[in-house]
Amino acid sequence: MTEPIIRIENVTKRFGHIHALKGVSLNIDKGEVVVIIGPSGSGKSTLLRCINRLEEFDGGLIVVDGIPLDSAQNINAVRTEVGMVFQSFNLFPHLSVIRNVTLAQEVVRKRKRAESDARAMELLEKVGIPEKANAFPHQLSGGQQQRVAIARALAMNPKIMLFDEPTSALDPEMIQEVLDVMLSLAREGMTMVVVSHEMGFARAAANRTIFMDEGLIVEEATPDMLFNHPTQERTKLFLSKIL
Amino acid sequence: MTESATSETQRKISEKLDIPGAGFDRWWLLVAFVVGMILLLTLVTPDPFARMVRFMAEGIWVTIKITSISFALVVVVGLIGGLGRLSRNWLIKGMSTLYVEVIRGIPLMVQLLFWYFAFPAVIQNLGSSLNWPALSSYRPEPEPMAILGLTICYGAYMSEIYRAGIQSIGKGQMEAARSLGMTSVQSMRYVILPQAIRVILPPIGNEFISLLKDSSLVSVVAVADLTRLGREFSGRYAIPIETWSMVALIYLVMTILSARVVNWIEHKTKLA
Repeated sequence: MTEPIIRIENVTKRFGHIHALKGVSLNIDKGEVVVIIGPSGSGKSTLLRCINRLEEFDGGLIVVDGIPLDSAQNINAVRTEVGMVFQSFNLFPHLSVIRNVTLAQEVVRKRKRAESDARAMELLEKVGIPEKANAFPHQLSGGQQQRVAIARALAMNPKIMLFDEPTSALDPEMIQEVLDVMLSLAREGMTMVVVSHEMGFARAAANRTIFMDEGLIVEEATPDMLFNHPTQERTKLFLSKIL
Repeated sequence: MTESATSETQRKISEKLDIPGAGFDRWWLLVAFVVGMILLLTLVTPDPFARMVRFMAEGIWVTIKITSISFALVVVVGLIGGLGRLSRNWLIKGMSTLYVEVIRGIPLMVQLLFWYFAFPAVIQNLGSSLNWPALSSYRPEPEPMAILGLTICYGAYMSEIYRAGIQSIGKGQMEAARSLGMTSVQSMRYVILPQAIRVILPPIGNEFISLLKDSSLVSVVAVADLTRLGREFSGRYAIPIETWSMVALIYLVMTILSARVVNWIEHKTKLA
């Protein structure tokens, strides 16, 4: 058994009176695709945001690729290895698509303009919108913006990709184009942690599906087992509402 | 999605409202009118108007110089103050807040008088009690002290403008930048500030115009600016109506011209 690429041990987090995470432990292996589902307020997004320390946690331990998330230096080191895709895309509106994808390459990875441009174009090809390289984010559809956001994260050559409800803000007809990009990433062996209720994606790509409720992991299983034969009452109740 | 849709409509509306012809708008007519008035007065009745303008020319230059130097410093002081107000370090945040609150509570005129009359006296007293002749014989220069006073006062207002501008950028932008491994300084420089500057350009422009007008107060601390020379001319020849009308027209040219320039810069950055 090798060391998992993400090790989460007994992590707790409070927002004032709200106990968002009540001691969550989870190991994720290299190349695994894990989908987290659960009702809103269950702590799934908070857990995801703890992995690259966008959210500080109060207790417990998270180790990413052998680096514990404790010092500011380590946090930045982890962030360069972990890509994140947000529900609201969060593209930089003042920069063109290609500059969105090259900025961190140049500032953080210290790549030359030509090298970062080449990498950006390669990734824009991959997500299927090379022709939009010089457009600005507001000129793109939601689905296109989210694909640029994925390219922007991939440009840093991350070892892990985190997706925080990547399709929740999209019009229905644009969801599939984003899921297709995620699916091809999963097939290439990227380690992915995805907070999403897209059952189709979970069934097609996930090694494991985790159901969270009230700050705890209630149940984890393969997508088929979890969706078709849930063992916990809370899981059954939740699935009966969303299926 | 909805956000980009609204900005799209806004752009279309603003394009429609613009009069064609490379950003020309009718406010330039007002500039031309006021400049025309001044020219007419000096050409038709050179005495006293042409004489007056020649007398005050140096003062116009001093007003422009004091305003420009102060403004350049205010832009920097305001940025430091604004970032300080948002700092997570309690000491930096506390000091910035104290600076802004204290300075905004004191009239600019009183601040200018303090820097020119009281501050040098403090230095001199300190010098004599320390027996340090370099300090006890200190004599303030009017213009640097006026620039200091204007900078400190306007820097406080500018801090609040920067703070509001930075806070107007959604926190998702900072998160996206940080999640890519950028440090907080890099995120501020490459992601937050470029967006915030666009938001605060109109209020910064207004500050420049206010500063230009308020620079007339430096005439009370021995600076020979436009207002000061106007007072001298008016006193010497006892023609207050003509003098103060001309002084007002000259200030008006400078302020509406500045407003046009600000408008033009705003327009340019919006299209980029």
